[in-house]
Amino acid sequence: MLVTAVLSGLVLGGTYALLAMGLTLQYGIARIMNLAYGELIIVAAFLSYALFTYAGISPVWALLIALPGGFVLGYAIYGLLMAPLVRRARNAASLEIDSILTTFGLLFVIQGLLLVTFGANFTSYSYLNDAVQIFGTRLAANRLLALVLAVVLGAAIYLVLTRTLWGTALRAVAVAPGSAPLVGIDVERAARMAFALGGALAAAGGVVISMYQTFTATSGVVFTMKALIIVIMGGVGNILGALSAGLLLGLAETMVATYVDPGLTLATTYGLFLAVLLWRPTGLFGRAVR
Amino acid sequence: MTPRFLLEISAFIAVIAALALLPLFASPYGITLMIGMLGYVALAIGWALFSGPTRYVSLATVAFFGIGAYTCAVFSEVLAYPLLLLVAGLIGLGVALVVGLATLRLAGVYFVIFTFGLAELIRQLVTWYEVNITGTLGRYIFLPVTPEGIYWQLLALTAAAFAMSWAISRSRLGLALKVIGEDEVVASHSGIDIARVKLGLFALSAVIMTLVGAIQAPRWTYVEPSIAFNPTVSFLTLIMALLGGANRLMGPILGAVPLFLLFEWLSANFPNHYSIILGLIFITIVFVLPNGVLDFIEKGWARRLPVAKPAEVHK
Repeated sequence: MLVTAVLSGLVLGGTYALLAMGLTLQYGIARIMNLAYGELIIVAAFLSYALFTYAGISPVWALLIALPGGFVLGYAIYGLLMAPLVRRARNAASLEIDSILTTFGLLFVIQGLLLVTFGANFTSYSYLNDAVQIFGTRLAANRLLALVLAVVLGAAIYLVLTRTLWGTALRAVAVAPGSAPLVGIDVERAARMAFALGGALAAAGGVVISMYQTFTATSGVVFTMKALIIVIMGGVGNILGALSAGLLLGLAETMVATYVDPGLTLATTYGLFLAVLLWRPTGLFGRAVR
Repeated sequence: MTPRFLLEISAFIAVIAALALLPLFASPYGITLMIGMLGYVALAIGWALFSGPTRYVSLATVAFFGIGAYTCAVFSEVLAYPLLLLVAGLIGLGVALVVGLATLRLAGVYFVIFTFGLAELIRQLVTWYEVNITGTLGRYIFLPVTPEGIYWQLLALTAAAFAMSWAISRSRLGLALKVIGEDEVVASHSGIDIARVKLGLFALSAVIMTLVGAIQAPRWTYVEPSIAFNPTVSFLTLIMALLGGANRLMGPILGAVPLFLLFEWLSANFPNHYSIILGLIFITIVFVLPNGVLDFIEKGWARRLPVAKPAEVHK
């Protein structure tokens, strides 16, 4: 029982960590709180569902469409909606409110489009749904694949950010947006890139999630909340923080569902979040991204 | 008292009196429509009372609205009706004080997310409690209140909320709030007790929202958490106050009335495209009317006036 709970907790946590990394890039580097983030996840989940159900294309291939698709979508959202707000903003506070409200609007638009296209039903598909024996317990193969994909993608993003010049520039903007131009970094370009990269991660996360969870057109908000909770718990802009906090949240949710009451998982999430916000608003692991 | 002040007061009384007589002529559908509209006007006024000057974007509206509605449902068979409203108001006040004390040091996006999370947390907990402890999810409300009665109560609440926000805007408190909204550091240096002012306003706005929920609850007859704590209420209130301009006395009313009618019409005619249109309105307001429609109109006038004046001089 415990091993099963820990394993499913890790699977869930791995996916959460992947989702949170994208949001932490968007909020930490581009400084835009994207409340429509979860909608991008759900769009990718529906894309994967449609490809699998109607064309028989496996979700692993769907990733190859979702990743660049999410990148382009994120790039377009930043360029069309966010950049004018950034240019107009008098100070950080007014930009924050404007971007929250705009992405709110975007949330409703995307959600509405999904509702019109796919309806409000619970959606899922059965891909690799056979049990695999692991550590003396049985786990669905799709969950195992989800964990592997999350680890591979997360590691790739981490390496890009820490080992390449491009990634270093992005992190520089996260740490000191005021000083970054002094060393020749185009801050607006970096923000656009980070936002687009965040979109790509959201889309990848959506594909991964759709492999083992049911979702609806309106469940984006829950994912946004969870990603946000992890971002804030891990420290804004902190990639490793997001990873650890994501795993922590996944484990906490599974434990509560297994040992307390499945009806209380969401309440746990929000309770944990409210506690972190009050106790350590800078996150469990601090803000720094070095 | 200046003549202008007397004129304003009498205009206000005349409008309220005219609205109070409306149920004598209106059809049952008209009254239903007016109840919904007044509810949102009161919510928007309550929202703007706190969020307008302090610029804290709150999504906790439905948390208090739902608390009001649920209190009404839970105690409807135990308590006399006026007492019911009092208890609801007190519970709303208590929750607002606890939440306010804990959260008002959060700013910006943290506050937005916190208030949204709060509403969801309360909804989850109520759902869990009802399913596991009481064993039923929904509750029936049978109260001897007529639609006209609800309408008059809401009208009284709205008038009181409007009068309060007018009184506050002219008082020292209103001035203090404006300073806080502009710059908190300056405010604290001029001796304003920021925490107390914010907390007081947050509690006042929460009590108004709770009462709206408690007064409207008998209209539903049946409540369950997903109805009472529907997050759309928070979004609609927010967008209404913003459209009119949350810093203006008339702003919330000017935003709530047209948007309520628009959404009523949309949900009747385009139920499937409701949220797309809601989202587009959100985006449009942020891009075109960032300070509300009143501000937009006044700026438009201000641009025209200097052109008109020199022409008069030449005459």
